[in-house]
Amino acid sequence: MSDPAVTHTDPQPGLTGFVSDWSSDKTAFKTASWGKAMIWIFLLSDTFIFSCFLIAYMTVRMSTTEPWPNPSEVFALEIGGVHMPLILIAIMTFVLISSSGTMAMAVNFGYRRDRVKTTVLMLLTAALGATFVGMQAFEWTKLISEGVRPWENPWGAPQFGSVFFMVTGFHGTHVTIGVIFLLLMARKVWRGDFDTGKKGFFTSRKGRWEIVEITGLYWHFVDLVWVFIFALFYLW
Amino acid sequence: MAEAHMSSQTLAAPTDHAEGQQHPIRLYLIVWFWLFVLSACSYAVDLLQFQGYLRWGLILMLMVGKAGLIIAVFMHMVWERLALSYAILVPPVLVLVFVILMAFEADYTFFTRMEFFGASPAVPAPVVH
Repeated sequence: MSDPAVTHTDPQPGLTGFVSDWSSDKTAFKTASWGKAMIWIFLLSDTFIFSCFLIAYMTVRMSTTEPWPNPSEVFALEIGGVHMPLILIAIMTFVLISSSGTMAMAVNFGYRRDRVKTTVLMLLTAALGATFVGMQAFEWTKLISEGVRPWENPWGAPQFGSVFFMVTGFHGTHVTIGVIFLLLMARKVWRGDFDTGKKGFFTSRKGRWEIVEITGLYWHFVDLVWVFIFALFYLW
Repeated sequence: MAEAHMSSQTLAAPTDHAEGQQHPIRLYLIVWFWLFVLSACSYAVDLLQFQGYLRWGLILMLMVGKAGLIIAVFMHMVWERLALSYAILVPPVLVLVFVILMAFEADYTFFTRMEFFGASPAVPAPVVH
């Protein structure tokens, strides 16, 4: 009596598939593994956190009666006697975009089961991420030495400092965690844990190659958040 | 039986998402290239000192373009099923409601600050006996 269309696990395409997936009384995500579904849901929650920061930034910037410091000049550098507005932030943006590219390649080679290339690309991604955090540390040092504090700064609205430290601090923390995660996973890939089925120290379970893509999703998200911070905080 | 099962698995592998995402490297390189171009354009908006609606419009368009490329291709969202895509992409759209609410709130705060603390000093100097 069983209907073959019901038991057959061939998901339907498009909107019909969307409705049938969600109303199937089974797992809603038919093709995504639990790991992938969970990282996406984590990233969604993280989206809300960063949304709150950026909305708070919008609120204080719109409501302050004092002039907002001009980020183009605040983040300018003198390089070889040439005054370059916002140059540090531009370089940081390119570094992070580059790291996203190397990460995408790492994921690709991960699914091809190419241990050497995946490891090298993950390490390269981690190195670019560490470079980014280093430049951020430089930026913080420069601004702090110029008198920027969460409650005041020499150029205008005092909220500038609090927003700056809060938003870039949280983003930098995310990048740092990403770098650590990348190094740990690169080590596992290099050692061949996902081919030999070696059990993880933390989970006591066998890892899978998919962790490279999951690490990649986190990393791309960090880059994604930077796209919004760059546009709304540094360029606006 | 087991052998038939195995072979069907192997055959299904290239299209099976659980087995992983395999796309040509060329595609990633093209997206990477465009991310660089869009980032350069964003920076140019500041360098060329565009102001007003032109500036804000360009900033937002370039931001959305970059975000879209990263989510769609680098994060493989276009190859996911709609059940996952909608579950992840629809809630952030609702954040826009929050943005609008807080824009009203900020506008009101600004108005009260100007009305009660702005322009001329409203508080008289303390009287000293």
